[in-house]
Amino acid sequence: MFVRPLVLPLVLGFCWFSTGLFAADTLKIGVAGALSGDLAPYGIPPKNAVILAAEQLNQQGGLLGQQVEIIAVDDACKPEMATNAANKLVASEVVAVIGHICSGATKAALPIYAAAHLPVISPSATSPELTLDGAYPLFFRTIPHDAAQAVVQADFIKDVLKAKTAVVVHDKGDYGKGLALLVAEELKKRHVKVLMVEGVTPGAVDYSALIRKIRRAKPDVVAYGGYHPEATKIVTQARKRRIHASFISGDGIKDPSFLKIGRQYVEGYYATSPRDLGKIRLTQQVTEDLAKRNQRPGNFGLQAHAAFSALVNAIKAAQSTDPDKIKQQLQSQQVETTLGSITFDPMGDVVGAGFSVYQVQNHEFVDLHFQLK
Amino acid sequence: MPEWASYLVEIFFSGLTRGSIYALIALGYTMVYGILGLINFAHGEVYMIGAFVGLIFASLFSIMGLPIWAIFVLAMLAAMVWSGAYGYTIEQVAYKPLRKAPRLAPLISAIGMSIFLREYVILAQSADFRAFPAMFESLPDLGDFGDFLQPSELVIITTVFVVLAGLFYLIKFTKTGRAMRAIAQDREMAMLLGVDADKVISMTFILGSALAAIGAVLISTQMGQINYNIGFIVGIKAFTAAVLGGIGSIGGAALGGLVLGLTEAFAAGYLSSDYEDVFAFMVLVLILIFKPSGLLGKHHVEKV
Amino acid sequence: MKTLWLRSAMIGLWFAFLTLPLVGFRTDFLEKTFEFRPWPLLGVFAVTSLFAFGWSFISSRPAEEKGLFEAFGPVSGVQQRLTSKPTLLVLLALMLVLPLVTSGYQTGILITALTYIVLGLGLNIVVGVAGLLDLGYVAFYAVGAYSYGLLSQQFDLGFWVVLPVAGVLAALLGILLGIPVLRLRGDYLAIVTLGFGEIIRLVLENWGEVTGGPSGISGIEKPSIPGVTLDFQQQNQFLYYLILGLAFLAIWVNHRLQNSRLGRSWLALREDEIAAEAMGINLTQTKLKAFALGAFWAGVVGVFFAAKSSFINPASFTFHESAIILSIVVLGGMGSIVGVVIAAVLLILLPEYLRFLQEYRMLIFGAVMVLMMVFRPEGLIKNPRPLYRIPKKDGPS
Repeated sequence: MFVRPLVLPLVLGFCWFSTGLFAADTLKIGVAGALSGDLAPYGIPPKNAVILAAEQLNQQGGLLGQQVEIIAVDDACKPEMATNAANKLVASEVVAVIGHICSGATKAALPIYAAAHLPVISPSATSPELTLDGAYPLFFRTIPHDAAQAVVQADFIKDVLKAKTAVVVHDKGDYGKGLALLVAEELKKRHVKVLMVEGVTPGAVDYSALIRKIRRAKPDVVAYGGYHPEATKIVTQARKRRIHASFISGDGIKDPSFLKIGRQYVEGYYATSPRDLGKIRLTQQVTEDLAKRNQRPGNFGLQAHAAFSALVNAIKAAQSTDPDKIKQQLQSQQVETTLGSITFDPMGDVVGAGFSVYQVQNHEFVDLHFQLK
Repeated sequence: MPEWASYLVEIFFSGLTRGSIYALIALGYTMVYGILGLINFAHGEVYMIGAFVGLIFASLFSIMGLPIWAIFVLAMLAAMVWSGAYGYTIEQVAYKPLRKAPRLAPLISAIGMSIFLREYVILAQSADFRAFPAMFESLPDLGDFGDFLQPSELVIITTVFVVLAGLFYLIKFTKTGRAMRAIAQDREMAMLLGVDADKVISMTFILGSALAAIGAVLISTQMGQINYNIGFIVGIKAFTAAVLGGIGSIGGAALGGLVLGLTEAFAAGYLSSDYEDVFAFMVLVLILIFKPSGLLGKHHVEKV
Repeated sequence: MKTLWLRSAMIGLWFAFLTLPLVGFRTDFLEKTFEFRPWPLLGVFAVTSLFAFGWSFISSRPAEEKGLFEAFGPVSGVQQRLTSKPTLLVLLALMLVLPLVTSGYQTGILITALTYIVLGLGLNIVVGVAGLLDLGYVAFYAVGAYSYGLLSQQFDLGFWVVLPVAGVLAALLGILLGIPVLRLRGDYLAIVTLGFGEIIRLVLENWGEVTGGPSGISGIEKPSIPGVTLDFQQQNQFLYYLILGLAFLAIWVNHRLQNSRLGRSWLALREDEIAAEAMGINLTQTKLKAFALGAFWAGVVGVFFAAKSSFINPASFTFHESAIILSIVVLGGMGSIVGVVIAAVLLILLPEYLRFLQEYRMLIFGAVMVLMMVFRPEGLIKNPRPLYRIPKKDGPS
């Protein structure tokens, strides 16, 4: 019978058709990030922020006379999934991509976007090489990279905390370890003694061995690179064991859950993070609009919203979606966003959204207005 | 006491704490293996579910305003009940139909079950980290002794030892324990002698899961937060501990857990926290090279 | 009938009880909120009782009507139908033409599926044919990928050079793993191989100076035909044909191996180690060869993976990968090549095409795995022993 041999090909063909795309007359913009898995809390708010911005834009008439359609893909912050997600966006004929969220995923996806000549703006990928390497001229980001963040941390540790010894801890992850090592390097440059650089396994049953090791070393400062769950666990245990060192971390911990779960143990904790944006009217507006939908800006939602604004602004100014024209606009124009007035430097990094140092005081993150020399 | 000595003692207690949790969960693996010859990969998720159930009830009771010790005990009991129920159901759904199947089928079924349970908790609760009520806050400080040992650690270690003693008593001196040992030794013969195999197997799963729940509540209180992924790492470590001690042997699971915990703690405390996991696995490989059945495992003479 | 209803209701109640705290309660002790959600619980009750009812109803029917489960028919039938000449030719034509007519995204998915087919075939040698439970197979995959990443970066070696080199390296590592585990029985072997897989991953993660640690290695060279430059689309298609070729090679080699003396000694090893030894099979050599040959394929595919992704980091080589590859082998039917191919396609394409289910995707995936095993524990295609039918002589004898 001739029918049976065709069953498998028919099934495959059906699958192919079912995911086929129906062409529509919209301007498509892709959003890629972790929408599932461990790091979803960092990827879902940016997606929500971009969707909010797109809907508001559409209500005002859209972009270049067309409605904007957001295509969101999930990469769970995993490189292989990121490549699949990137391929999907390219096949969907997006004109630009906002994403990815994690540096590793972004690294994996960029070659695909580069080959497709698409502009990519990331709200959160902070690995320095992404822009500093120069390999991806169409890559931009609305968050300063880790090397800059490390400098701020190191300066603060040296000048304000006046620390002589430090212990650097990380979560063995791409972001955490990367930032931690950069901080360690910067500290060494400033002649602060780095007593040890250690990694913890997120999700481990117990950190007491490392905590005891730190206590034995009696550092002035503990610099932790990673995200807030591990940070709260570590500082809680450290304080319980009467470690009096100051703790400092990067933007990965600046999340309301850090304050809620850490309670009294995180008092006095320092964090470097993009400037306090609460006073900018647009930021307040966006936060309110998100709240109406039961959503929060999260760590990187505002950065994603800003990325979208910058992109839209560039397209409008250039009156085209040509990638090179977009790039030219992004690098020459200032645009008002939820991060303030920003533009992009020749390497693709954001200018105008610097870092600030915060401290937890009375269960709130307070901007210390620390100025870099 | 000289500084190096007090540090040694501290690290020792770290290892003991860690090890007792591993031991508790390793028991679940070893008991199931002893009876069914099956590696229950879903055991780590039962641990995780125990933590969540504990969290829910602890929250409920703390909102209701009960005293801390009551919250602790009741939440722990609730976790044990539900973990036991989940363990029982998993066995009925994923393993019982496969009793006569080729050896690897239940393994894959377990892996699938593990994926299912993780996603289920994400959907039912959330993928975020959830705060766990800290119930060890109100424990008295141990004064001078407190330099070596945290009160919470003391609670964990003593609880686990009490549980282990109770389990030992159960296995050695009660009828149920005898039935379990009989089924583990030779299922058909035990059935011929009137032991209800299905009941014993279910009991084993329930017991192992309840033990895991105890460990889950203890550690979650210590850590302060939980999420859907906590079962994974603990699962692999505890399974390693069970094999290290000799899988199928209860004493072996306890010993294996302690050995693993101490190895990791000492590696972290004296070498580098980066490589603590590597050391743990290397110790496992070494022990198995020299003692292929594990530390306390019985060497099975295979008769042809 | 009434008892059936009662039983189903009891089962429904049980599941409602089971899911009570997790589905029925939502609480946040920091905010002091507590929420009881009866409707999802009711839903669970309804769905599970109906399911239980349907299940008992079907199983209480007379045996012949259970045809649903025997849909695959007698083993040899399916295998014959699937490997018959016309089917294979149509399939071949389809596979060759596919990348030229579909989008890069679809081709990408197929490349992933083919990658897992080769991985499945490699592990099939170790687990399916030789019966050695290897839970750390991903280690060889990682070794292959990192060999290419490091060798191409440090020593500027090309893809084609590293491909066999990495395979050999992985094979050597396989032998290295095999030696200490020779004496271990079944499940101890499993945990040691698991530990081995984890050790490799942890070393990759922590030995930052050499391996780049969690940030991995980026900018890895893609494979190229000397003298020819390819644009992005063509690169993708070239990768596809490359992995397709590898898959064919793997299928062919596997097929020949299984029918060889070595293959038969593996089968003997799997069925009964002691009897095999008694028959004169050198256990050490046979086991080591199984590890080596299985690892070889993983190493080779690892190189391909690194070249395809041009960025690798340890997060791609976790135990979860080993578990998936193992599932492919077991689901397919231990030792059956056709089974492994089908299972790989199923397990890899299913989550992709289930994307529309959003959050429920992995839930269904896990459930499907359990169900597949419960209903068909021997795997999709039972691996038949080679069967030789003496052809009937025509005409009068």
